[in-house]
Amino acid sequence: MNNMTPATSETSAALDAALVGFVGRTLLPRTRAQDPVNLPMIRHWVEAMGDTNPIHTDEGAALATGRSGLVAPATMAQAWTMRGYAAHRRRIAGDLPADSEEQRLTTLLASVGYTAIVATDSEFEFVRELVVGDHLSVEEVIESISAEKVTALGTGRFLRTVRTYTNQDGEVVARQRWTTLRFRPKVREPELAPRPRPALNEDNAWWFDAAREHRLLVQRCADCGTLRHPPGPCCPHCQSFTWDTVEASGRGTVYSYTVAHHPRHPAFDYPLLIGVIALEEGTRLIANILVDAAGAEPDAVGDYVHVDAPVALEWLDLDDELTLPAFRVVTEEKH
Amino acid sequence: MSWRAVIAGIGATEFSKSSGRSELQLACEAVVAALADAGLTPADVDGLVTFVKDSNPEIEVARSTGMGELSFFSRIGYGGGAGCGTIQQAMLAVEHGVAAVVVCYRAFNERSGVRFGLGHADQPMSATAERAAYSWLTPYGLNTPAQEVALFARRYMHEYGATSEDFGRVAVVDRRHAATNPKAWFYGRPITLEEHQASRWIAEPLHLLDCCQETDGGQAIVVVAEDRVADLPHIPVRILGAAQGSGADQHLMTSYYRSEITGIPEMGLVGRQLYAQSGLRPDDIDAAIIYDHFTPLVLPQLEELGFCGRGEAAGFIADGNLELDGRLPMNTHGGQLGEAYLHGMNGIAEAVRLVRGTSVNQPASVERVLVTAGTAVPTSGLILGA
Repeated sequence: MNNMTPATSETSAALDAALVGFVGRTLLPRTRAQDPVNLPMIRHWVEAMGDTNPIHTDEGAALATGRSGLVAPATMAQAWTMRGYAAHRRRIAGDLPADSEEQRLTTLLASVGYTAIVATDSEFEFVRELVVGDHLSVEEVIESISAEKVTALGTGRFLRTVRTYTNQDGEVVARQRWTTLRFRPKVREPELAPRPRPALNEDNAWWFDAAREHRLLVQRCADCGTLRHPPGPCCPHCQSFTWDTVEASGRGTVYSYTVAHHPRHPAFDYPLLIGVIALEEGTRLIANILVDAAGAEPDAVGDYVHVDAPVALEWLDLDDELTLPAFRVVTEEKH
Repeated sequence: MSWRAVIAGIGATEFSKSSGRSELQLACEAVVAALADAGLTPADVDGLVTFVKDSNPEIEVARSTGMGELSFFSRIGYGGGAGCGTIQQAMLAVEHGVAAVVVCYRAFNERSGVRFGLGHADQPMSATAERAAYSWLTPYGLNTPAQEVALFARRYMHEYGATSEDFGRVAVVDRRHAATNPKAWFYGRPITLEEHQASRWIAEPLHLLDCCQETDGGQAIVVVAEDRVADLPHIPVRILGAAQGSGADQHLMTSYYRSEITGIPEMGLVGRQLYAQSGLRPDDIDAAIIYDHFTPLVLPQLEELGFCGRGEAAGFIADGNLELDGRLPMNTHGGQLGEAYLHGMNGIAEAVRLVRGTSVNQPASVERVLVTAGTAVPTSGLILGA
């Protein structure tokens, strides 16, 4: 049931063929409800639903409308034939006969990873009113199975069935078009921990403030004009304590880099590219390197970067507090 | 020239991955053993030197081992760069008569306790300049010493055409020497270059086998005034040179902002002082203990110290110069990759054994040994001789 074989176009085509064969088949053979339509269950329902129509609970009121007695709310049709929650779980877990259509379909869908199910649509047609004492049965037939769809929940197929509800005399009381999505649940990326914070003080906080505004600043001595990074309070060339900044163009090259594999810190995805970037203004800084390596093996990200590779600035808005520069390797085509 | 101070004793615990004892006990065991090796007792000690990073205050070690009054105590900063600097501190104290018997020590449970290799991303916040320096590293995931060294290594490869195999040959030499050293963690376990190449990535271009091990243990070294040598059980090991060095535009592990980053200027500074003090030249050095937390930084050390030219270390190593029968037998104890990671203090002890002629891997003729301390940080070095 938990076979998570990823679907390829080949397996998808094979699945299409297998699924076509299910259309028109009976998913659930006619099955009798556990209990007849009864007043106590109706009372629960109308109370929960806030349904104040007296024809459901006041016999006199029902008779006054020309009915022969109390009638159940029409939308209870499905409820009369439902099992309890525990019984439903047991059935999913293996009480289904192995040769049943439902089990065969479930197994087939699970074989391509469609292990999850969610109801997406229910469309009722009501034919007769249900009166206390009626005893319903339901039969479910597969009407259609869609092509593979990508949804917010995951990739899967919509299964539409028609459920026909009949009374003890074999008369149809309601029909229901019932649509479920059978899907491959999205593998949720594990949440990354927040990145380590910079230790801010009077000498560096301004740089991180500017980063939050997507401005990459380089400290400049206001007296001799020498740029410096990492920043500091005093110009190493002229000892001036007066400084201003220039905004970097964001263009530069990879001066050196590493692909970090181990140990792993919970704030980062690995392998992790870290570089020393030489800005065209002349200073260097440490930053993460981004590469266009879609489809590549994660371990091969190092193949997409080299010393002296041209890079361009992007911004990583990591959380409310922290924005950091990153540098994407500019591929040849983009020159 | 030679100083009045000499090294009289060395002592260590076993080197393990889980000592099962406190760091203070490791320090005390090493100190007591080193004093015994020198034919001294704790009562003779009047000076202690250790690392800023050591967790064992001088007063704890002194009180625990029964030392009396201390007239000199000092600590050296910058991690493994402190190693040879502790000996220089002791030597200066002895030279100037402020202490007569100084013990230098370093002890930690670096494998079973706080592991440096796991990185410094989550260290406590503060607004100090020391802490703020990490603001340019850890938010990007530049978190471990291996990653920091990798950035130097990649640039070195780019400029000089060195390869991962060139780094790997350092590990192979170390592990070959460790394999015949019963005190080494990797005793009996040499590696091949193929095994180095096949070991997993830690931080490209560093493989696992480019990185030194992590160790629990303690090492102590006793420095005394020369006029006491008549009483000593071993031949005194003379300190021919002792130097510290912090380069221009120095950062802690991350001096990436210099005009070039393929050299280690602070080690060049140490080397120039060592040769000036001793009157020796690189050709006069018979063996070397080269700090090897990560193999790539062994290469520029050999260049900065003048054993080969700039960018020539790969060839120098490949030619077999670092083997026991080579021009410059290196890390005869197995280095920190092979014997133990004791912040380089175990290497100083091996240099003492080489001068005494008692190394388990004693090369044919050794009179002068050059020792270095941690690299990519403010560092230090020694030349020891008979």
